[in-house]
Amino acid sequence: MVSPSTSVGRTSSPHKSNHKKLVTSLLFLLPSWILLLIFFIGPILLTFYFAFTNLSLTGSEAQATQFVGFSNFVNMFQDPNFRISVIKTIVYLLFSAIVGQQILGFILALLMKEKNPAFRRVIGIIVIAGWVTPEIVVAFCWVAFLNDSGTLNMILQQIGLKPVAWLFTFPMTSVIIANIWHGTAFSMLVFQAALDDVPKSIEEAAVVDGASRFQVLYKIVLPMIKGSVVTNMILVTLQTLGVFTLIYAMTGGGPGTSTQTLPIFMYNQAFVNYQLGYGTAISLILLLIGVLVSLLYLKSMKVKV
Amino acid sequence: MRVKSYKKLAAISVITGSVLFSSACSDANSTSGSKKSGDSNTISITFRDGGGTNKGLTDWLNNDIIPEFKKEHPKANIKLSPISASEGDYFAKVALMLKSDQSAPDIVTEDTFMVNSDASAGYLEPLDDKLKGWDEWNQYIDNVKNGVKAQDGKTYGVPFNTDSRGLWYNKELFKKAGLPVPWEPKSWDDILTAARTIKKKDPGVIPLWMNSGKATGEGTSMQTFEMLLYGTKDPLYDEGKGKWIVNSQGLLDTYTFIDTIYKEKLGPNLSQVLNGQGGTIAYTQLMPKGKLAIGLDGIWQAGNYRKDGPAPWPDAFKTLGYTAMPTQNGEEPGQTSMSGGWAFSIPKKSDNKDLSWEFIKFISTKENNLKLLLKENNLSPREDVSKESEYLNLPMFKEATEFLEHTHFRPSVDKYPSVSTVIQSTVEDVVTGKSSPKQAVENYQKNVTRVVGKDKVIER
Repeated sequence: MVSPSTSVGRTSSPHKSNHKKLVTSLLFLLPSWILLLIFFIGPILLTFYFAFTNLSLTGSEAQATQFVGFSNFVNMFQDPNFRISVIKTIVYLLFSAIVGQQILGFILALLMKEKNPAFRRVIGIIVIAGWVTPEIVVAFCWVAFLNDSGTLNMILQQIGLKPVAWLFTFPMTSVIIANIWHGTAFSMLVFQAALDDVPKSIEEAAVVDGASRFQVLYKIVLPMIKGSVVTNMILVTLQTLGVFTLIYAMTGGGPGTSTQTLPIFMYNQAFVNYQLGYGTAISLILLLIGVLVSLLYLKSMKVKV
Repeated sequence: MRVKSYKKLAAISVITGSVLFSSACSDANSTSGSKKSGDSNTISITFRDGGGTNKGLTDWLNNDIIPEFKKEHPKANIKLSPISASEGDYFAKVALMLKSDQSAPDIVTEDTFMVNSDASAGYLEPLDDKLKGWDEWNQYIDNVKNGVKAQDGKTYGVPFNTDSRGLWYNKELFKKAGLPVPWEPKSWDDILTAARTIKKKDPGVIPLWMNSGKATGEGTSMQTFEMLLYGTKDPLYDEGKGKWIVNSQGLLDTYTFIDTIYKEKLGPNLSQVLNGQGGTIAYTQLMPKGKLAIGLDGIWQAGNYRKDGPAPWPDAFKTLGYTAMPTQNGEEPGQTSMSGGWAFSIPKKSDNKDLSWEFIKFISTKENNLKLLLKENNLSPREDVSKESEYLNLPMFKEATEFLEHTHFRPSVDKYPSVSTVIQSTVEDVVTGKSSPKQAVENYQKNVTRVVGKDKVIER
């Protein structure tokens, strides 16, 4: 479809043809832009609008939605449940995304570096199996493993230990482990690619100069793959910030509020309490947190994107 | 180089564009597939099913109703469009369905506590004009009729069942523990005493089960919290003033009772009771196995033990007793209960209201309603059905019908569903030890005030 324009480009003057190319490309871009506008930018603008209304799924407000100014946000900051959710979100993010997926992913990638390709393939497939499994299936597997009469408790009983109600005694730990199991493969792949790009000669030079293995890793390799680290950090953070299915299916945000992260809190307000406006306001805060955290990473790592 | 990148960009744009377009198109196609055909002989009816829920209703529609209705209206085509969802999700899905012309069914079954809310949202069609010309409407119990009236005074549904709640108890376990049979508790303390005795004499048995979590939804609000609260002097809502009571001794005592049960380990494990399937497990597994002594729940649980029910148990009613829930300290009238029920409503966006109304009239006759209740094991909203011997012979129906004398209905205010979710989360907080009864009252006050507005609450 694009071939006519390129053949023209070869024959006419470069300046003029470039201009023409631009128009043609823009023309081709137009459908995507229109769709992006309708399905992406439109909803975001609507989110901004609804966050300032008392939009509701049912009840009189569903019929007569009113502009309520900042009252959704005022309520949110007075709501102890919101504060709890922010804390739960940070804990979840810290342990599942940053500590868990990043560090575990990096260690895996490091251990597999320059190992036998067959070994790499086998381990890689095992780790990636967690990643390709749909979130809801991951949740189901972990519930089957951790519930009162689940696999783990059966094993414990076999060896004479008392069963533990894992999902109720350690709910946050359970969902964090499940998410690490699910997401580590992504970090591992990113780090594998980055580590493979570090020239061997540099490392060897450093070793010759008397650097220890740890020094090579810390002073040479890590700075060289900083860009990948930050990109991976942002992607993993944003992905983890939005995790809903896994937690909702495993614990429903409970017991009590112990795994009620912001997405769960938002869902509960919007679709259980029927307060769509309030839920939208929470989603806006979630968006804001995502942007802030990403900027923080970029700033602290001094990486330009 | 630049030409090449433009080319690439253009190609990618075209591909993503066409993919997005085609997916948008296929979406439109698939929704039009489920859309009502628009022909005047087809009506669709939406109700909750899945996991054994509403098996009676489904059987009744398929076997008793639709073939008979077709005899009278040979051209009519009745489409069942059930929703498989948990109780809480059902209402959200229904609200979303009713919002749009594309998806609104012609008849929807509504829990009566949602009728007011959905009517205020403009989702439902008022039925007053139609009811005027229907001579059977005067057979319906007045209390139940009030449940389907919205704040504007109009009626938005025809009830097909109602219910009452009380205490199920296992007579054998009671005898074993040396407790009196038949059991007639006179106060909350009597319940606690019985539960403590069971725990002491029979440690392998769960003394008392009441729904206590967010996952059991309205079951927690109504079967547990309101059954307790309406036994105190302070109800949920001051009907005279039109305000929610957000701070009262009754609220504190209710949370304290719940707290006592779990603190003294008189209830089930939290992992069991905070589960959405908790209630099902309690009455289809624990109760028949003699692992549960007392359960605070509705009459419909009797349906579990029928021959074709989910947990057939021929001797169920030799073993089980059903007794009235006492008031807190035995205050007059000595017992309390809560009643709700479900109704058939016609959505405002239904495109076949006349045939829908014909259908509702047909399924609500005395004979058809009786057939449903025999399958469902729920109480009838019709006085004439409640007098049928076939109905009164159902196990425990005599007791359950007697509870109706001192029963309460949930406030018919459109904010009730939102208040109910506040109840559920505060109860779960108490059960899990996250907040003390006092803190629970504070949270209740704060959240209910936020939901209903400062001018709609009072303290007592």
